[in-house]
Amino acid sequence: MQKVVLLVEDSPGDVRLTQEAFRNAGRSIDLRVAADGVEAMSFLRRQGIHAEVPRPDFILLDLNLPKMDGREVLAHIKEDNDLKAIPTVILTTSDAEADILTSYQLQANCYLSKPVQLEEFERLIESINDFWLSKVKLPQQEHG
Amino acid sequence: MEDDEIAIEVLLVEDSPGDVRLTQEAFRDSGKPVRLHLAADGIEAMAFLRREGIYADARRPDLILLDLNLPKMDGREVLALIKKDQYLKIIPTIILTTSDSEADIQISYQLQANCYLRKPAHWDAFDNLVKSINAFWLTRAKLPQMPRNR
Repeated sequence: MQKVVLLVEDSPGDVRLTQEAFRNAGRSIDLRVAADGVEAMSFLRRQGIHAEVPRPDFILLDLNLPKMDGREVLAHIKEDNDLKAIPTVILTTSDAEADILTSYQLQANCYLSKPVQLEEFERLIESINDFWLSKVKLPQQEHG
Repeated sequence: MEDDEIAIEVLLVEDSPGDVRLTQEAFRDSGKPVRLHLAADGIEAMAFLRREGIYADARRPDLILLDLNLPKMDGREVLALIKKDQYLKIIPTIILTTSDSEADIQISYQLQANCYLRKPAHWDAFDNLVKSINAFWLTRAKLPQMPRNR
């Protein structure tokens, strides 16, 4: 079964790179994109135009997002009994200690800092693919 | 990285001596400075984390590897206690267990385990898994900085 990954990312360049890196890693995933925090929450709660979307198996969440920022999205996910079990990995350019600490405090499953170099970025996505989408046991979908 | 010299403190909560040995060897082979602490049951794990009794001087671990089936207090309960504690909840806690029951996976994520890994039955697969924990969690992931002397 193809895994559904929700990428919450406002930079089209980074979305493109992430898509290509997963493809290069030989992984066929169903990658869905939400470009801001409000869209991410509406996707996860299947509201409005998102009524029919699949429930993601895994979430990659940027912290700095328009409309509703990633910290708030993370807090909403982890406060919601239906959503909190979805592994949510922070992927952001910030490597500020305060952001790392806050994210783990809010129960992010893991914090990754986005490398500036293209090759490093590709290697990071590859390692997410190897670790989170291959080795780790993700929770089974209960519905959808 | 400037803090390469500082050993990463890992708490392994595991009651099987064989698995402890395998984990130690796999970390040793990885070449990273890892200081592995051991708790053989859930009560001991909580005493270590809360620095009670003989653990008064224990360092707060950077990462916890937690088995689910443990004597005295089981891993689900340990996980729940860690994730309810304001000071401990930030420590990435990885479930490493032989169980692959859906119920265990679900409850672990519901209790906010950071990730769930199934212990492979074969030695080389086990070794590989510990190496990938090492490569991912101790190399790629940003861990929260701990106030060392709290």
